[in-house]
Amino acid sequence: MKEFPSTRLEAIPDMATSEESQALSSFGQIRRTLTTAPVLIALAILGITVLIALFAPFLGTGDPLAINPGERLKRLSGAHWLGTDAFGRDVYSRVMYGARISLLVGLGAALASVALGLFIGVIAGYFRTLDSIIMRVMDGIMAIPGILLAIALVTISGASLMTVVVAITIPEVPRVVRLVRSVILTVRSEPYVEAAIALGTPLPALLLRHMVPNTLAPLMVQGTFVFAAAMLTEAAMSFLGVGLPPEFPSWGNIMAEGRIYFQLLPGLILYAGLFLALTVLSVNVVGDAMRDALDPRMARKL
Amino acid sequence: MNAPVLNIDGLSVGVVGRPTTQRVVADVSFDVHQGETLCVVGESGSGKSVTALSIMGLLPRGSLASGGGRILVENEDVLTASQSRLRALRATRMAMVFQEPMTALNPVEPVGKQIDEVLRVHGKFTRAERRERVLAMLDAVHLPNVRQIYDAYPHQLSGGQRQRIVISMALVLQPRLLVADEPTTALDVTTQAQILALIRELQEKHNTAVMFITHDFGVVAEIADRIVVMHRGRVVEVGAREDILARPREAYTRMLVSAVPSLIPRQREALGGEVVLDVIKLNKTYAEKRFLGGGRMVAAAQEVDLKVRRGEIVGVVGESGSGKSTVARCIVRLIDPTSGAIHINGSDIAATARRALRPLRQRFQIIFQDPYRSLNPRRRVGDSIIEGLVNFGMRRDQALTKAGELLQLVGLDPDAMPRYPHQFSGGQRQRICIARALALQPDLLVADEAVSALDVSVQAQVLALLQEIRDRTGIAVLFITHDLRVAAQICDTIVVMQKGRVVETGQAETLLTAPQQEYTRALIEAAPGRHWDFQNFRPLQPDGASAIRKPALDAMQPR
Repeated sequence: MKEFPSTRLEAIPDMATSEESQALSSFGQIRRTLTTAPVLIALAILGITVLIALFAPFLGTGDPLAINPGERLKRLSGAHWLGTDAFGRDVYSRVMYGARISLLVGLGAALASVALGLFIGVIAGYFRTLDSIIMRVMDGIMAIPGILLAIALVTISGASLMTVVVAITIPEVPRVVRLVRSVILTVRSEPYVEAAIALGTPLPALLLRHMVPNTLAPLMVQGTFVFAAAMLTEAAMSFLGVGLPPEFPSWGNIMAEGRIYFQLLPGLILYAGLFLALTVLSVNVVGDAMRDALDPRMARKL
Repeated sequence: MNAPVLNIDGLSVGVVGRPTTQRVVADVSFDVHQGETLCVVGESGSGKSVTALSIMGLLPRGSLASGGGRILVENEDVLTASQSRLRALRATRMAMVFQEPMTALNPVEPVGKQIDEVLRVHGKFTRAERRERVLAMLDAVHLPNVRQIYDAYPHQLSGGQRQRIVISMALVLQPRLLVADEPTTALDVTTQAQILALIRELQEKHNTAVMFITHDFGVVAEIADRIVVMHRGRVVEVGAREDILARPREAYTRMLVSAVPSLIPRQREALGGEVVLDVIKLNKTYAEKRFLGGGRMVAAAQEVDLKVRRGEIVGVVGESGSGKSTVARCIVRLIDPTSGAIHINGSDIAATARRALRPLRQRFQIIFQDPYRSLNPRRRVGDSIIEGLVNFGMRRDQALTKAGELLQLVGLDPDAMPRYPHQFSGGQRQRICIARALALQPDLLVADEAVSALDVSVQAQVLALLQEIRDRTGIAVLFITHDLRVAAQICDTIVVMQKGRVVETGQAETLLTAPQQEYTRALIEAAPGRHWDFQNFRPLQPDGASAIRKPALDAMQPR
């Protein structure tokens, strides 16, 4: 077998280039999936909402909490672009500031549930002895309806921005844990992970270097879904009167307070509701597109 | 001569949306005649499977499309046939057998019903007639207890039995052409020999034309009448079996044939070095867990003894389920042995706690079968190679210098380091894996089917590399393989395993030429093409041709 010279890199150029172009085409595919019209519109809406949240004080708004008994339940006018509510507060200012609260709750719950879920999921996936215990606890949490659990948690700990975010996060965690655990379970039998074990790689490095990176793509997708669900849950809780304290101008609170005068002034519910619906829809559209781009197989199945 | 059953003329297949210069199959032409077996051989990516799919009209729509040429099956062009016409032609005129019988069968339907469906779809028979014919077919493929098998689900059958079912489905309507795409690649050698004999027997009975796709020259030497050699989508050479194997015209064919490892072991003197690895009475049992109540115990390895000396390559051979991989994984402690001792350089690592084991891991390393999954796709090649060195405290820049040297040792350029694994071919990746394993300068290298996923020409190169490294560094190698040819080429000593036990241990030469055990003998007998010396382009025995054709029907008992 002496007649075979050892391969140099240039010996098999076609192989490398064809695989490279494959990698490129899959990258192009991701870009194509993310640049369709609905996704671009959704991204634009999200961008506008974020801008509104960031620059709420500079958008011609007044104090969203200033009560003015003389200006109650006014219709649209130059002074109050979207009218005023039952306490004479400016609806336009409240809706703009409401974007802050809603996005904050959504983002907070998404980040917190992803971080917590990643941590617990990695432990459950890697340490087989802890797995069954952790997963039974997660099953237990999943068995309770999310909103009921959130309401109970807020009732126990009192309503504040922090407790509401925590209360929304906890019911979302098990879903993230299941996702992370399943990824870790598949990856841990990959030969490159076993090779790393054989090379004496310490456990923390093994997990962070070789296993956790595989969870990031699905986590990003799951994060967007939590984001959307959290905004809805917050609105629902506020609407039921067990969410954020009334001094927070969240979209849920605005709609809850507008409920009574809904027939008199539909705008009290309409504008906040419209913003909420558009934002949630956009987040979901973007999340769906990301999932399709990152896992084309799953897209075809659905 | 009669008109050919299959006539392919100037077939081209391209990826949809790519220029015609990047064809997957380009200008392929060949014929298959009645009663003839035509073997299509080629390495991965040669376009042989795409050709087969084109014949069946099964090219994945939207990604591959034919861009010219004709495929005449009994004078009817299947490339221009309508979908409904193709459906009518499949199974009646042309049929296909795939590589993996488990995925070719529907797991939730009894196999009898699946064969019955072929008859039902093509009409013509009453219910009772259909059942009659299916049972007759099951009988014809030599399955036992056909009535029980009829109602069995795929998972209840062995791999060989499943492939017999798939063959029944393909041949139940007696098509004129059978396209078999690597039908025995997923099977063990002894099962493979039975399936090859079965295909030959049915072919003779019905005078079927068989187009047999394979990468294995052993199989080719066993069954082919004529051979088509393909390379990068083109036909390199077409000819009768003796012509291609003994007098190849093209350089590529010559290279391909001579790369097939020979079953004749090389002469080697016995090694008397110190013992690096000494495994004593190793056991590994898995407890099958059941909900409530105790489960079954499965013994994957029982009382395994083996020794590897310095500079020695010891091969562990056996069929799937023989426990050879279990032993390998126990030795590098990827799994924990149930009992027994594993002495590496005198110290027993079988029961060492994980934490205490870490510093000892420098002494033994492993390389795996699948080069595509053995490297973390997200890490640069250089970072992969230095991982072990850095783990054991070497400075990064020093380690990178060392990695450069290692890459040169395995025949790669040091400028590979900043690149990612996907930029390399399978053989190159396996070299990188070897470099990574050697970085820690281990005393023992465990190679678990390390060349099984590679094409023959690349396989020969990697085997040569392993031998060269052994000669240069005196490393001890435990070489796990299912392929007796590979073992014959590289191993000094061979250990034969069956059902978790060591059946026979001996010097490669003695074991292969004068096996003591029945099982070892059966394994050697089943190795396809063992009467042909590929490297020297000649048959091994003067009466080789007649011995090759003898169907091994007596050895045919479904597992």
